[in-house]
Amino acid sequence: QDAQKDGAVSPERAEEAKLKAKYPNLGHRPGGSDFLMKRLQKGQKYFDSGDYNMAKAKMKNKQLPSAGPDKNLVTGDHIPTPQDLPQRKSSLVTSKLAG
Amino acid sequence: FLGAGGGNDIQWCFSQVKGAVDDDVAEADIISTVEFNHSGELLATGDKGGRVVIFQQEQENKTQSHSRGEYNVYSTFQSHEPEFDYLKSLEIEEKINKIRWLPQKNAAQFLLSTNDKTIKLWKISERDKRPEGYNLKEEDGRYRDPTTVTTLRVPVFRPMDLMVEASPRRIFANAHTYHINSISINSDYETYLSADDLRINLWHLEITDRSFNIVDIKPANMEELTEVITAAEFHPNSCSTFVYSSSKGTIRLCDMRASALCDRHSKLFEEPEDPSNRSFFSEIISSISDVKFSHSGRYMMTRDYLSVKIWDLNMENRPVETYQVHEYLRSKLCSLYENDCIFDKFECCWNGSDRQVEFLSLIVMTGSYNNFFRMFDRNTKRDITLEASRENNKPRTVLKPRKVCASGKRKKDEISVDSLDFNKKILHTAWHPKENIIAVATTNNLYIFQDKMN
Repeated sequence: QDAQKDGAVSPERAEEAKLKAKYPNLGHRPGGSDFLMKRLQKGQKYFDSGDYNMAKAKMKNKQLPSAGPDKNLVTGDHIPTPQDLPQRKSSLVTSKLAG
Repeated sequence: FLGAGGGNDIQWCFSQVKGAVDDDVAEADIISTVEFNHSGELLATGDKGGRVVIFQQEQENKTQSHSRGEYNVYSTFQSHEPEFDYLKSLEIEEKINKIRWLPQKNAAQFLLSTNDKTIKLWKISERDKRPEGYNLKEEDGRYRDPTTVTTLRVPVFRPMDLMVEASPRRIFANAHTYHINSISINSDYETYLSADDLRINLWHLEITDRSFNIVDIKPANMEELTEVITAAEFHPNSCSTFVYSSSKGTIRLCDMRASALCDRHSKLFEEPEDPSNRSFFSEIISSISDVKFSHSGRYMMTRDYLSVKIWDLNMENRPVETYQVHEYLRSKLCSLYENDCIFDKFECCWNGSDRQVEFLSLIVMTGSYNNFFRMFDRNTKRDITLEASRENNKPRTVLKPRKVCASGKRKKDEISVDSLDFNKKILHTAWHPKENIIAVATTNNLYIFQDKMN
Protein backbone atom coordinates (compact mmCIF):
# COMPACT_ATOMS: atom_id res chain seq x y z
CA GLN A 1 0.00 0.00 0.00
CA ASP A 2 2.30 2.71 1.23
CA ALA A 3 5.35 1.27 -0.45
CA GLN A 4 8.22 3.58 0.16
CA LYS A 5 10.90 3.52 -2.46
CA ASP A 6 14.40 4.51 -1.47
CA GLY A 7 14.48 8.25 -1.18
CA ALA A 8 10.89 8.62 -2.41
CA VAL A 9 8.32 10.12 -0.10
CA SER A 10 5.06 8.26 0.37
CA PRO A 11 2.03 10.03 -1.16
CA GLU A 12 0.64 10.60 2.31
CA ARG A 13 3.80 12.31 3.52
CA ALA A 14 3.88 14.45 0.39
CA GLU A 15 0.30 15.52 1.08
CA GLU A 16 1.20 16.27 4.68
CA ALA A 17 4.03 18.50 3.53
CA LYS A 18 1.62 20.35 1.25
CA LEU A 19 -0.77 20.90 4.14
CA LYS A 20 1.92 22.11 6.51
CA ALA A 21 3.13 24.52 3.85
CA LYS A 22 -0.34 26.03 3.63
CA TYR A 23 -1.04 26.02 7.35
CA PRO A 24 2.21 26.31 9.28
CA ASN A 25 0.39 26.63 12.58
CA LEU A 26 -1.41 23.35 12.24
CA GLY A 27 -1.54 21.41 15.48
CA HIS A 28 1.38 19.18 16.19
CA ARG A 29 -0.84 16.37 17.31
CA PRO A 30 -1.66 14.40 14.20
CA GLY A 31 -5.37 13.85 13.67
CA GLY A 32 -6.48 13.60 17.22
CA SER A 33 -8.11 15.70 19.81
CA ASP A 34 -9.00 18.81 17.85
CA PHE A 35 -11.27 16.88 15.53
CA LEU A 36 -12.69 14.82 18.32
CA MET A 37 -13.60 17.86 20.40
CA LYS A 38 -15.18 19.49 17.34
CA ARG A 39 -17.16 16.32 16.73
CA LEU A 40 -18.38 16.16 20.30
CA GLN A 41 -19.44 19.79 20.23
CA LYS A 42 -21.51 19.53 17.09
CA GLY A 43 -24.72 21.47 17.46
CA GLN A 44 -23.41 23.81 20.13
CA LYS A 45 -24.89 27.26 19.82
CA TYR A 46 -24.23 30.21 22.02
CA PHE A 47 -27.19 30.69 24.28
CA ASP A 48 -26.87 30.89 28.00
CA SER A 49 -30.19 30.33 29.71
CA GLY A 50 -28.76 31.61 32.96
CA ASP A 51 -27.64 34.92 31.50
CA TYR A 52 -30.90 35.21 29.66
CA ASN A 53 -33.06 34.71 32.69
CA MET A 54 -30.95 37.01 34.86
CA ALA A 55 -31.13 39.70 32.24
CA LYS A 56 -34.86 39.22 31.93
CA ALA A 57 -35.24 39.59 35.70
CA LYS A 58 -33.16 42.74 35.83
CA MET A 59 -34.73 44.42 32.88
CA LYS A 60 -38.37 43.72 33.57
CA ASN A 61 -39.66 46.87 32.05
CA LYS A 62 -36.88 47.79 29.73
CA GLN A 63 -36.62 46.24 26.32
CA LEU A 64 -33.99 43.58 25.87
CA PRO A 65 -31.31 44.52 23.35
CA SER A 66 -31.76 42.32 20.38
CA ALA A 67 -29.28 40.83 17.95
CA GLY A 68 -27.74 42.85 15.15
CA PRO A 69 -28.41 42.19 11.51
CA ASP A 70 -26.22 39.10 11.47
CA LYS A 71 -28.44 36.54 13.11
CA ASN A 72 -25.68 33.98 13.22
CA LEU A 73 -23.50 36.03 15.48
CA VAL A 74 -25.26 36.12 18.80
CA THR A 75 -22.30 36.75 21.05
CA GLY A 76 -21.00 40.08 22.33
CA ASP A 77 -22.61 42.80 24.38
CA HIS A 78 -26.18 41.77 24.20
CA ILE A 79 -27.98 38.91 25.80
CA PRO A 80 -29.08 36.36 23.22
CA THR A 81 -32.71 35.43 23.27
CA PRO A 82 -34.39 32.31 21.95
CA GLN A 83 -35.79 34.50 19.18
CA ASP A 84 -32.28 35.42 18.03
CA LEU A 85 -31.35 31.85 17.40
CA PRO A 86 -32.00 30.74 13.86
CA GLN A 87 -35.41 29.17 13.75
CA ARG A 88 -35.43 25.61 12.68
CA LYS A 89 -38.71 24.34 11.47
CA SER A 90 -39.27 20.70 10.75
CA SER A 91 -39.89 19.65 7.19
CA LEU A 92 -43.61 19.68 6.80
CA VAL A 93 -43.21 18.96 3.12
CA THR A 94 -43.37 15.35 2.03
CA SER A 95 -40.08 13.86 0.95
CA LYS A 96 -39.43 14.03 -2.79
CA LEU A 97 -38.60 10.33 -2.68
CA ALA A 98 -42.29 9.72 -2.14
CA GLY A 99 -43.30 11.97 -4.99
CA PHE B 1 -24.77 -18.68 -8.90
CA LEU B 2 -23.41 -16.16 -6.51
CA GLY B 3 -20.73 -18.28 -4.92
CA ALA B 4 -18.83 -19.28 -7.99
CA GLY B 5 -19.12 -16.23 -10.14
CA GLY B 6 -19.42 -13.52 -7.63
CA GLY B 7 -19.45 -9.78 -8.04
CA ASN B 8 -18.43 -9.56 -11.64
CA ASP B 9 -20.69 -12.31 -12.81
CA ILE B 10 -23.72 -10.58 -11.49
CA GLN B 11 -24.88 -8.33 -14.28
CA TRP B 12 -26.30 -5.27 -12.66
CA CYS B 13 -29.05 -3.38 -14.47
CA PHE B 14 -30.84 -0.20 -13.64
CA SER B 15 -34.30 -0.81 -12.22
CA GLN B 16 -35.66 2.38 -10.64
CA VAL B 17 -34.67 5.81 -9.35
CA LYS B 18 -36.57 7.80 -6.72
CA GLY B 19 -36.33 11.48 -5.93
CA ALA B 20 -36.15 14.84 -7.65
CA VAL B 21 -34.24 15.40 -10.84
CA ASP B 22 -33.18 18.96 -10.17
CA ASP B 23 -29.65 19.75 -9.10
CA ASP B 24 -30.64 22.21 -6.44
CA VAL B 25 -30.83 19.92 -3.45
CA ALA B 26 -32.59 21.08 -0.31
CA GLU B 27 -30.75 20.07 2.89
CA ALA B 28 -33.78 18.17 4.11
CA ASP B 29 -33.75 15.90 1.06
CA ILE B 30 -30.27 14.55 1.70
CA ILE B 31 -30.64 10.81 2.28
CA SER B 32 -28.97 9.73 5.50
CA THR B 33 -29.78 6.03 5.80
CA VAL B 34 -31.10 3.11 3.71
CA GLU B 35 -32.21 -0.27 5.03
CA PHE B 36 -34.08 -3.33 3.72
CA ASN B 37 -36.27 -5.22 6.18
CA HIS B 38 -35.59 -8.91 6.94
CA SER B 39 -37.66 -10.24 4.05
CA GLY B 40 -36.54 -7.58 1.60
CA GLU B 41 -40.13 -6.70 0.85
CA LEU B 42 -39.74 -3.28 2.44
CA LEU B 43 -37.02 -0.69 1.88
CA ALA B 44 -36.76 2.27 4.25
CA THR B 45 -34.89 5.55 3.79
CA GLY B 46 -34.29 8.33 6.28
CA ASP B 47 -33.26 11.87 5.44
CA LYS B 48 -31.79 14.99 6.94
CA GLY B 49 -35.26 16.46 7.33
CA GLY B 50 -36.19 13.74 9.81
CA ARG B 51 -38.51 11.95 7.39
CA VAL B 52 -38.79 8.24 6.73
CA VAL B 53 -40.02 6.88 3.39
CA ILE B 54 -40.81 3.17 3.09
CA PHE B 55 -41.07 1.42 -0.26
CA GLN B 56 -42.74 -1.93 -0.80
CA GLN B 57 -41.84 -4.46 -3.43
CA GLU B 58 -44.67 -5.42 -5.76
CA GLN B 59 -45.70 -9.03 -5.74
CA GLU B 60 -43.80 -10.81 -8.49
CA ASN B 61 -45.68 -10.69 -11.73
CA LYS B 62 -45.94 -14.24 -12.94
CA THR B 63 -46.23 -13.19 -16.57
CA GLN B 64 -43.27 -10.85 -16.49
CA SER B 65 -40.44 -13.11 -15.52
CA HIS B 66 -37.85 -10.59 -16.64
CA SER B 67 -37.77 -8.57 -13.52
CA ARG B 68 -38.53 -8.80 -9.91
CA GLY B 69 -41.18 -6.56 -8.45
CA GLU B 70 -40.71 -2.82 -8.40
CA TYR B 71 -40.56 -0.81 -5.23
CA ASN B 72 -43.36 1.69 -4.71
CA VAL B 73 -44.07 4.10 -1.89
CA TYR B 74 -45.79 2.31 0.97
CA SER B 75 -45.65 4.79 3.81
CA THR B 76 -43.98 8.08 4.68
CA PHE B 77 -43.90 9.92 7.98
CA GLN B 78 -42.04 12.52 10.00
CA SER B 79 -39.96 10.54 12.46
CA HIS B 80 -37.99 13.25 14.22
CA GLU B 81 -38.22 17.01 14.50
CA PRO B 82 -35.54 19.60 15.19
CA GLU B 83 -35.13 20.49 18.84
CA PHE B 84 -33.16 22.97 20.88
CA ASP B 85 -31.81 21.98 24.25
CA TYR B 86 -31.78 25.30 26.09
CA LEU B 87 -30.00 23.87 29.10
CA LYS B 88 -26.99 22.78 27.10
CA SER B 89 -27.28 25.34 24.29
CA LEU B 90 -27.40 22.47 21.90
CA GLU B 91 -29.23 22.31 18.61
CA ILE B 92 -30.51 18.80 18.00
CA GLU B 93 -30.74 17.86 14.35
CA GLU B 94 -33.70 15.89 13.12
CA LYS B 95 -31.53 13.96 10.69
CA ILE B 96 -32.20 10.22 10.81
CA ASN B 97 -28.83 8.61 11.47
CA LYS B 98 -29.95 4.99 11.34
CA ILE B 99 -32.99 2.82 10.73
CA ARG B 100 -33.10 -0.80 11.84
CA TRP B 101 -36.03 -3.14 11.21
CA LEU B 102 -37.33 -5.61 13.73
CA PRO B 103 -38.07 -9.11 12.47
CA GLN B 104 -41.74 -9.44 11.72
CA LYS B 105 -43.80 -11.10 14.47
CA ASN B 106 -47.33 -10.25 13.41
CA ALA B 107 -49.18 -8.36 10.71
CA ALA B 108 -47.54 -5.05 11.57
CA GLN B 109 -43.99 -4.01 10.81
CA PHE B 110 -41.73 -2.34 13.36
CA LEU B 111 -38.61 -0.29 12.92
CA LEU B 112 -36.26 1.71 15.11
CA SER B 113 -35.19 5.10 13.83
CA THR B 114 -32.77 7.41 15.56
CA ASN B 115 -31.43 10.94 15.34
CA ASP B 116 -28.52 12.25 17.42
CA LYS B 117 -30.34 11.95 20.73
CA THR B 118 -33.58 9.98 20.60
CA ILE B 119 -34.51 6.53 19.34
CA LYS B 120 -38.10 5.79 18.36
CA LEU B 121 -39.91 2.53 17.76
CA TRP B 122 -42.40 2.94 14.93
CA LYS B 123 -45.25 0.60 14.15
CA ILE B 124 -46.36 0.46 10.54
CA SER B 125 -49.70 -1.24 10.11
CA GLU B 126 -52.17 -1.75 7.32
CA ARG B 127 -55.84 -1.11 7.46
CA ASP B 128 -57.82 -2.53 4.57
CA LYS B 129 -61.23 -2.97 6.08
CA ARG B 130 -63.45 -0.99 8.37
CA PRO B 131 -66.54 -1.72 10.36
CA GLU B 132 -69.77 -0.53 8.85
CA GLY B 133 -73.37 -0.71 9.92
CA TYR B 134 -73.30 0.59 13.45
CA ASN B 135 -76.64 0.94 15.11
CA LEU B 136 -76.05 4.22 16.88
CA LYS B 137 -73.73 5.95 14.42
CA GLU B 138 -74.10 7.09 10.83
CA GLU B 139 -71.42 6.13 8.36
CA ASP B 140 -69.86 9.60 8.68
CA GLY B 141 -69.57 9.26 12.45
CA ARG B 142 -72.47 11.39 13.56
CA TYR B 143 -74.60 9.89 16.26
CA ARG B 144 -78.07 8.75 15.38
CA ASP B 145 -81.03 9.67 17.46
CA PRO B 146 -81.77 6.44 19.35
CA THR B 147 -85.48 6.96 18.97
CA THR B 148 -85.14 6.57 15.20
CA VAL B 149 -83.66 3.10 15.53
CA THR B 150 -86.29 0.54 14.71
CA THR B 151 -84.21 -2.53 13.92
CA LEU B 152 -80.88 -3.82 15.10
CA ARG B 153 -78.07 -5.06 12.92
CA VAL B 154 -74.63 -6.51 13.50
CA PRO B 155 -71.84 -4.27 12.16
CA VAL B 156 -69.67 -6.00 9.58
CA PHE B 157 -66.18 -5.39 8.23
CA ARG B 158 -66.19 -4.11 4.68
CA PRO B 159 -63.12 -3.66 2.50
CA MET B 160 -61.70 -0.17 2.11
CA ASP B 161 -58.78 1.34 0.22
CA LEU B 162 -55.55 0.27 1.83
CA MET B 163 -54.34 2.72 4.40
CA VAL B 164 -50.87 2.40 5.89
CA GLU B 165 -50.43 4.03 9.27
CA ALA B 166 -47.23 4.75 11.11
CA SER B 167 -47.39 5.40 14.82
CA PRO B 168 -44.63 5.90 17.38
CA ARG B 169 -44.96 3.12 19.96
CA ARG B 170 -41.92 3.83 22.11
CA ILE B 171 -39.67 6.80 22.56
CA PHE B 172 -36.25 6.09 24.05
CA ALA B 173 -34.97 9.47 25.11
CA ASN B 174 -32.53 11.21 27.41
CA ALA B 175 -29.93 8.48 27.53
CA HIS B 176 -27.25 10.01 25.33
CA THR B 177 -25.12 13.04 26.11
CA TYR B 178 -23.23 12.67 22.85
CA HIS B 179 -24.36 11.97 19.31
CA ILE B 180 -25.86 8.58 18.51
CA ASN B 181 -24.10 6.93 15.57
CA SER B 182 -25.46 3.37 15.74
CA ILE B 183 -28.36 1.20 16.82
CA SER B 184 -28.33 -2.57 16.62
CA ILE B 185 -31.02 -5.08 17.50
CA ASN B 186 -29.91 -8.12 19.46
CA SER B 187 -30.49 -11.64 18.19
CA ASP B 188 -32.75 -12.16 21.20
CA TYR B 189 -35.16 -9.73 19.52
CA GLU B 190 -35.90 -8.21 22.91
CA THR B 191 -33.03 -5.83 23.46
CA TYR B 192 -31.00 -3.44 21.37
CA LEU B 193 -27.97 -1.22 21.78
CA SER B 194 -27.47 2.44 20.95
CA ALA B 195 -24.00 3.92 20.68
CA ASP B 196 -22.84 7.53 20.82
CA ASP B 197 -19.32 8.97 20.61
CA LEU B 198 -18.37 7.88 24.11
CA ARG B 199 -20.98 5.46 25.43
CA ILE B 200 -23.05 2.46 24.51
CA ASN B 201 -26.41 1.74 26.12
CA LEU B 202 -28.51 -1.41 26.23
CA TRP B 203 -32.29 -1.12 26.05
CA HIS B 204 -35.23 -3.43 26.27
CA LEU B 205 -37.67 -2.76 23.44
CA GLU B 206 -40.59 -2.59 25.88
CA ILE B 207 -38.94 -0.29 28.42
CA THR B 208 -38.28 3.38 27.77
CA ASP B 209 -37.55 4.78 31.20
CA ARG B 210 -34.46 2.72 31.81
CA SER B 211 -31.31 1.88 29.94
CA PHE B 212 -28.12 0.09 30.95
CA ASN B 213 -24.78 1.64 30.15
CA ILE B 214 -22.51 -1.12 28.88
CA VAL B 215 -19.55 0.82 27.52
CA ASP B 216 -18.19 4.14 28.74
CA ILE B 217 -14.95 5.44 27.29
CA LYS B 218 -15.28 8.99 28.54
CA PRO B 219 -12.02 9.96 30.23
CA ALA B 220 -12.15 11.65 33.64
CA ASN B 221 -10.38 14.58 32.09
CA MET B 222 -11.66 15.47 28.64
CA GLU B 223 -8.25 16.81 27.73
CA GLU B 224 -7.15 13.19 27.65
CA LEU B 225 -9.68 12.23 25.01
CA THR B 226 -7.93 10.35 22.23
CA GLU B 227 -10.58 8.30 20.55
CA VAL B 228 -14.34 8.05 20.09
CA ILE B 229 -16.77 5.27 19.26
CA THR B 230 -17.74 5.35 15.61
CA ALA B 231 -20.01 2.31 15.14
CA ALA B 232 -21.38 -0.66 17.06
CA GLU B 233 -23.21 -3.86 16.22
CA PHE B 234 -24.53 -6.95 17.95
CA HIS B 235 -23.29 -10.36 16.83
CA PRO B 236 -25.90 -12.00 14.57
CA ASN B 237 -26.13 -15.20 16.64
CA SER B 238 -24.52 -14.67 20.01
CA CYS B 239 -26.81 -12.48 22.08
CA SER B 240 -24.15 -11.51 24.60
CA THR B 241 -21.56 -10.39 22.05
CA PHE B 242 -21.18 -7.05 20.33
CA VAL B 243 -18.41 -5.04 18.70
CA TYR B 244 -17.64 -1.34 18.52
CA SER B 245 -15.20 0.49 16.31
CA SER B 246 -13.19 3.61 17.04
CA SER B 247 -11.80 6.71 15.37
CA LYS B 248 -8.33 5.17 15.73
CA GLY B 249 -9.13 2.20 13.53
CA THR B 250 -9.59 -0.39 16.26
CA ILE B 251 -12.47 -2.75 16.89
CA ARG B 252 -13.31 -4.11 20.31
CA LEU B 253 -15.39 -7.21 20.85
CA CYS B 254 -17.21 -7.35 24.17
CA ASP B 255 -19.10 -10.05 26.01
CA MET B 256 -21.88 -8.86 28.28
CA ARG B 257 -21.54 -11.97 30.41
CA ALA B 258 -18.07 -10.89 31.52
CA SER B 259 -19.24 -7.86 33.47
CA ALA B 260 -21.98 -5.29 33.66
CA LEU B 261 -19.77 -2.56 32.26
CA CYS B 262 -17.88 -3.83 29.24
CA ASP B 263 -15.06 -1.32 29.33
CA ARG B 264 -12.57 -4.16 29.16
CA HIS B 265 -12.80 -5.78 25.80
CA SER B 266 -12.67 -9.51 25.21
CA LYS B 267 -10.85 -8.99 21.93
CA LEU B 268 -9.10 -6.03 20.35
CA PHE B 269 -8.74 -6.02 16.59
CA GLU B 270 -6.05 -3.73 15.29
CA GLU B 271 -3.77 -3.80 12.30
CA PRO B 272 -0.22 -2.85 13.24
CA GLU B 273 0.87 0.38 11.65
CA ASP B 274 4.19 0.95 9.98
CA PRO B 275 5.57 3.91 11.97
CA SER B 276 7.68 5.07 9.06
CA ASN B 277 4.52 5.62 7.05
CA ARG B 278 2.78 7.66 9.66
CA SER B 279 1.59 11.11 8.65
CA PHE B 280 -0.75 13.81 9.83
CA PHE B 281 -3.54 12.01 8.00
CA SER B 282 -2.90 8.49 9.22
CA GLU B 283 -5.22 8.56 12.15
CA ILE B 284 -7.98 10.42 10.35
CA ILE B 285 -8.09 7.98 7.46
CA SER B 286 -7.88 4.98 9.76
CA SER B 287 -11.09 6.03 11.53
CA ILE B 288 -13.67 3.29 10.99
CA SER B 289 -16.97 4.59 9.66
CA ASP B 290 -18.91 1.32 9.61
CA VAL B 291 -18.69 -2.23 10.95
CA LYS B 292 -20.84 -5.15 9.78
CA PHE B 293 -20.81 -8.78 10.85
CA SER B 294 -20.98 -11.43 8.15
CA HIS B 295 -24.13 -13.54 8.05
CA SER B 296 -22.54 -16.39 9.99
CA GLY B 297 -20.88 -14.08 12.49
CA ARG B 298 -17.50 -15.64 11.80
CA TYR B 299 -16.22 -12.53 10.06
CA MET B 300 -16.77 -8.80 10.26
CA MET B 301 -16.07 -6.05 7.81
CA THR B 302 -14.91 -2.51 8.57
CA ARG B 303 -14.82 0.56 6.35
CA ASP B 304 -12.23 3.25 6.80
CA TYR B 305 -11.64 6.19 4.49
CA LEU B 306 -9.73 4.38 1.76
CA SER B 307 -10.43 0.69 2.26
CA VAL B 308 -12.66 -2.14 3.40
CA LYS B 309 -11.13 -4.76 5.70
CA ILE B 310 -12.42 -8.22 6.48
CA TRP B 311 -11.56 -9.60 9.90
CA ASP B 312 -11.74 -13.15 11.15
CA LEU B 313 -13.07 -13.01 14.70
CA ASN B 314 -10.43 -15.56 15.63
CA MET B 315 -7.56 -13.31 14.56
CA GLU B 316 -7.04 -10.00 16.27
CA ASN B 317 -3.71 -8.88 14.98
CA ARG B 318 -4.60 -8.13 11.39
CA PRO B 319 -7.44 -8.31 8.88
CA VAL B 320 -7.63 -11.39 6.66
CA GLU B 321 -8.44 -9.33 3.58
CA THR B 322 -8.12 -5.69 2.59
CA TYR B 323 -9.80 -4.11 -0.43
CA GLN B 324 -8.82 -0.68 -1.72
CA VAL B 325 -11.86 1.40 -2.51
CA HIS B 326 -10.18 4.45 -4.03
CA GLU B 327 -6.46 4.32 -3.34
CA TYR B 328 -5.88 7.13 -5.86
CA LEU B 329 -7.20 9.52 -3.22
CA ARG B 330 -4.13 8.98 -1.08
CA SER B 331 -2.29 11.59 -3.10
CA LYS B 332 -5.19 14.02 -2.73
CA LEU B 333 -5.47 13.96 1.03
CA CYS B 334 -4.42 17.57 1.43
CA SER B 335 -7.33 18.93 -0.58
CA LEU B 336 -9.70 16.33 0.83
CA TYR B 337 -8.79 17.59 4.27
CA GLU B 338 -9.36 21.19 3.22
CA ASN B 339 -12.82 20.49 1.82
CA ASP B 340 -13.68 18.21 4.76
CA CYS B 341 -14.27 15.20 2.51
CA ILE B 342 -11.68 13.28 4.50
CA PHE B 343 -14.29 13.12 7.27
CA ASP B 344 -16.99 11.54 5.08
CA LYS B 345 -18.44 8.43 6.65
CA PHE B 346 -18.93 5.69 4.10
CA GLU B 347 -20.94 2.59 4.97
CA CYS B 348 -20.43 -0.90 3.64
CA CYS B 349 -22.61 -3.97 3.25
CA TRP B 350 -22.52 -7.65 2.44
CA ASN B 351 -24.41 -9.45 -0.31
CA GLY B 352 -27.70 -11.00 0.73
CA SER B 353 -27.78 -14.75 1.19
CA ASP B 354 -28.38 -16.34 -2.15
CA ARG B 355 -31.15 -18.87 -2.53
CA GLN B 356 -28.69 -21.66 -3.17
CA VAL B 357 -25.86 -20.63 -0.97
CA GLU B 358 -27.17 -19.70 2.40
CA PHE B 359 -25.33 -17.48 4.81
CA LEU B 360 -22.19 -16.94 2.83
CA SER B 361 -20.83 -13.45 2.85
CA LEU B 362 -18.90 -13.29 -0.36
CA ILE B 363 -19.35 -9.85 -1.84
CA VAL B 364 -18.68 -6.48 -0.33
CA MET B 365 -20.34 -3.28 -1.53
CA THR B 366 -19.41 0.26 -0.59
CA GLY B 367 -19.70 3.77 -2.00
CA SER B 368 -17.22 6.32 -3.28
CA TYR B 369 -17.25 9.75 -4.97
CA ASN B 370 -18.62 10.87 -8.33
CA ASN B 371 -21.65 8.68 -7.59
CA PHE B 372 -19.47 5.62 -8.04
CA PHE B 373 -19.90 2.52 -5.93
CA ARG B 374 -17.66 -0.50 -5.67
CA MET B 375 -18.07 -4.24 -5.22
CA PHE B 376 -15.44 -6.77 -4.25
CA ASP B 377 -15.73 -10.52 -4.72
CA ARG B 378 -13.90 -12.35 -1.96
CA ASN B 379 -13.60 -15.55 -3.98
CA THR B 380 -12.36 -14.32 -7.31
CA LYS B 381 -10.69 -11.20 -5.87
CA ARG B 382 -12.21 -9.25 -8.73
CA ASP B 383 -13.76 -5.86 -8.22
CA ILE B 384 -16.00 -3.56 -10.17
CA THR B 385 -16.87 0.13 -10.16
CA LEU B 386 -20.36 1.17 -11.16
CA GLU B 387 -22.08 4.52 -11.35
CA ALA B 388 -25.49 5.61 -10.09
CA SER B 389 -26.60 8.07 -12.69
CA ARG B 390 -29.75 8.91 -14.55
CA GLU B 391 -27.84 8.52 -17.78
CA ASN B 392 -27.82 4.76 -17.30
CA ASN B 393 -31.58 4.66 -17.24
CA LYS B 394 -32.47 1.78 -19.49
CA PRO B 395 -33.96 -1.15 -17.58
CA ARG B 396 -32.37 -4.50 -18.43
CA THR B 397 -29.31 -2.83 -19.93
CA VAL B 398 -26.25 -3.99 -18.04
CA LEU B 399 -24.38 -1.18 -16.29
CA LYS B 400 -21.05 -0.34 -17.79
CA PRO B 401 -18.08 -0.62 -15.43
CA ARG B 402 -16.26 2.64 -14.70
CA LYS B 403 -12.58 3.21 -14.31
CA VAL B 404 -10.67 6.02 -12.66
CA CYS B 405 -7.32 6.95 -14.11
CA ALA B 406 -5.01 7.70 -11.21
CA SER B 407 -2.17 9.17 -13.18
CA GLY B 408 -0.59 9.18 -16.55
CA LYS B 409 -2.39 8.96 -19.80
CA ARG B 410 -6.13 8.70 -19.48
CA LYS B 411 -7.68 6.07 -21.69
CA LYS B 412 -10.97 6.64 -23.44
CA ASP B 413 -13.93 6.12 -21.09
CA GLU B 414 -11.73 6.57 -18.06
CA ILE B 415 -12.19 9.50 -15.76
CA SER B 416 -9.26 11.28 -14.19
CA VAL B 417 -9.04 11.77 -10.43
CA ASP B 418 -9.16 15.53 -10.82
CA SER B 419 -12.45 15.34 -12.68
CA LEU B 420 -14.20 13.44 -9.92
CA ASP B 421 -17.09 15.28 -8.34
CA PHE B 422 -16.51 15.10 -4.58
CA ASN B 423 -19.96 16.49 -3.88
CA LYS B 424 -21.51 13.39 -5.36
CA LYS B 425 -20.90 10.90 -2.59
CA ILE B 426 -22.46 7.52 -2.12
CA LEU B 427 -22.35 6.97 1.63
CA HIS B 428 -25.30 4.59 2.02
CA THR B 429 -25.98 1.36 0.18
CA ALA B 430 -28.06 -1.71 1.01
CA TRP B 431 -28.36 -5.22 -0.39
CA HIS B 432 -31.64 -7.13 -0.40
CA PRO B 433 -31.34 -9.94 2.18
CA LYS B 434 -32.35 -12.67 -0.25
CA GLU B 435 -32.01 -11.50 -3.81
CA ASN B 436 -29.59 -9.64 -6.02
CA ILE B 437 -31.30 -6.31 -5.66
CA ILE B 438 -29.37 -3.33 -4.31
CA ALA B 439 -30.40 0.13 -3.15
CA VAL B 440 -27.84 2.89 -3.64
CA ALA B 441 -28.37 6.39 -2.26
CA THR B 442 -26.78 9.38 -3.95
CA THR B 443 -27.16 12.76 -2.25
CA ASN B 444 -30.90 12.99 -2.74
CA ASN B 445 -31.86 10.14 -5.03
CA LEU B 446 -32.38 6.44 -4.38
CA TYR B 447 -31.33 4.03 -7.12
CA ILE B 448 -32.43 0.43 -7.28
CA PHE B 449 -30.44 -2.02 -9.38
CA GLN B 450 -31.19 -5.66 -10.06
CA ASP B 451 -29.23 -8.42 -11.61
CA LYS B 452 -30.21 -9.26 -15.15
CA MET B 453 -32.36 -12.35 -15.14
CA ASN B 454 -31.82 -14.68 -18.07
